[in-house]
Amino acid sequence: MPNTLPASVDDTLDLLRRGNYVADRSLATALYLALKLRRPLFLEGEAGVGKTEIAKVLSATLGRRLLRLQCYEGLDVAAAVYEWNYARQMMEIRLAEASGDRDRDALAADLFSERFLIKRPLLQALEPDLAGPPVLLIDELDRTDEPFEAYLLEILSDFQVSIPEFGTVTAPEPPIVILTSNRTREIHDALKRRCFYHWVDYPNAERERAILAVKAPNADARLAAQVVGVVQSLRGMDLYKAPGVAETLDWAQALVELNQLELEPSVINDTLGTLLKYQDDIARIQGSEAARILAQVKTELAASTAR
Amino acid sequence: MQGGLAINLMHFARALRAAGLPVGPGKLLQAVEAVEAVGIGNRADFYWALHAVFVNRRDQREVFDQAFHVFWRNPDILKRMMGMMLPTIRTESPDTQDPLSRRVADALRGTAPEAEGPEKSEIEVDASFTVSAQERLQEKDFEKMSAAEMAEAKRMLARIALPVAEVTTRRHRPDPRGPRVDPRATLRRMLRSGGDLADLARRSRRTRPPPLVVLCDISGSMTRYSRMLLHFMHALSNDRDRVHSFVFGTRLTNITRHLRHKDVDVALDAVSAAVADWSGGTRIGTALHAFNRTWARRVLGQGAVVLLITDGLDRDAGEGLAAEAERLHKSCRRLVWLNPLLRWEGFAPKSSGIRALLPHVDDFRPVHNLNSLAGLADALNRDGPRRAESLRKWLKEAA
Repeated sequence: MPNTLPASVDDTLDLLRRGNYVADRSLATALYLALKLRRPLFLEGEAGVGKTEIAKVLSATLGRRLLRLQCYEGLDVAAAVYEWNYARQMMEIRLAEASGDRDRDALAADLFSERFLIKRPLLQALEPDLAGPPVLLIDELDRTDEPFEAYLLEILSDFQVSIPEFGTVTAPEPPIVILTSNRTREIHDALKRRCFYHWVDYPNAERERAILAVKAPNADARLAAQVVGVVQSLRGMDLYKAPGVAETLDWAQALVELNQLELEPSVINDTLGTLLKYQDDIARIQGSEAARILAQVKTELAASTAR
Repeated sequence: MQGGLAINLMHFARALRAAGLPVGPGKLLQAVEAVEAVGIGNRADFYWALHAVFVNRRDQREVFDQAFHVFWRNPDILKRMMGMMLPTIRTESPDTQDPLSRRVADALRGTAPEAEGPEKSEIEVDASFTVSAQERLQEKDFEKMSAAEMAEAKRMLARIALPVAEVTTRRHRPDPRGPRVDPRATLRRMLRSGGDLADLARRSRRTRPPPLVVLCDISGSMTRYSRMLLHFMHALSNDRDRVHSFVFGTRLTNITRHLRHKDVDVALDAVSAAVADWSGGTRIGTALHAFNRTWARRVLGQGAVVLLITDGLDRDAGEGLAAEAERLHKSCRRLVWLNPLLRWEGFAPKSSGIRALLPHVDDFRPVHNLNSLAGLADALNRDGPRRAESLRKWLKEAA
């Protein structure tokens, strides 16, 4: 059965691998715990290391619905949880008026019933689903402001939402919740306390090559090794924004499109924009520095194959 | 679960708490659950399970890692903890390594079960010695301000609230003359009259002060001001939310959490313990680089205002400073430079550090006494042009 929850850490690793996600054991352990103990998983890490991807892969491999809540400053209950359908409510009032129906209590009770409720991702996530509880992705939580973060506390600990006019909606089974943050501000400890936490690091060279093999299969093996080598040494440098896994994949794709079988300094210079996103960083790496890194990577690769 | 493991987990949790991680009873229960779920067959799984429970900030990883490896090294945990009480073992665990190991080692020692006899008291004496020696060294600068001065400063600083021109947020508040119609409130009102009268409820944007980031120089040349400035930063931190405080000399230290303590003396003690480079040289470029690299994206979001407090006297003669200052200026809403040297009549912006910084700030103000701090409040409250008028004169002189 594809959509049962994994029963061990190894199962979790397999599950992620089936979704073309190459994870290390620490991430799989955190994820397994979150699934097993039904608590949200809080993922922090630099942009482009594959935090959002985990939720997508989970939804695909477990056959669950994916509900995504993209956070932004000023995100409020009306956009994240529920909203009343005012236009329909007004119409209902007019209809009641026209038909001479003056039973106000009945009208009021009817106006705030499920018929007029517009459900947003957080409320949808609490609803029962035939395929099992959905995957709820709360993406880039650091972009919201504190009031919304505080609002999430109730949902994440008790998996319920209180709607004043309607009552409390409680999930029959808690959804699988993944929260991500790029750390543009610190998330309050009270929220983190309710979650399992994992810092998603840049992968090491070996794992990054495995990711490339899965995600960019038409890149030549030698090219892939060189790409990973260059990216890894860039990450070791003092850059304003080190390239993430997403950038590595972009770069590899770009090189494949350019029919490159091997890296050359001039090609690096031309395609550096897929890898580095700050002008200062590009100016530093372009030219002689790129050639130096490439030469070093090539000697290292030659040494490792000779061995 | 077997009682033994649960008790060991409890000891481990207490060790972590003593080492400064926020570990409460809830966490311990989570840990027991997590270990039950993962099992104890695989050491790596066991490690990452506990990691997922106890660690919730990136900077806690190292403390956890060290504590884990010290604590679970020996399966016979109680015996090992007894062993830790013996001086021979203590010399083996290197005290001279980095301070984290020391912190973890101290924490583990603290959670050890009751040891008998004189052995224990001997260690306690030893521990208190190291602490007091540390305190003596780090408190040296703080003692310089006289009690009368301090009382005076405290009294006045407590009154300084720093209003920063507020920014509009994307949230709304009810406002009878607001520009937008609030459908939800309107409908509620209509229901009150059975839907007969449509009395529009209105709303407008809420405003709130932007985050404030204070970068304060605590190098040797700033010694005379640093205590007062720390009081100022403490008053700010407790007056409003979203204040981030950093101090720098040769390196940058984030003291935000320490300053949040309500009691100013406790807060400043915590700061003095956390900062390693009191009254040393200044490397403004390096400090700003560290800030830009590791903190800017985390604390400058949502339109922060930056107060940079330094005399601009740089040991590196302004090397690399201009680029970092430019980066900082571009990523914040307003960069205000507070310089205590500005109180001298004949101040001329001639040093290379000052000349590197000046083109990239929005305002340049003195900060030598309480009056100048009060003046700062006025300047920040004005929502005028980004560049202050007074800055032009300084730029001309520096050129």
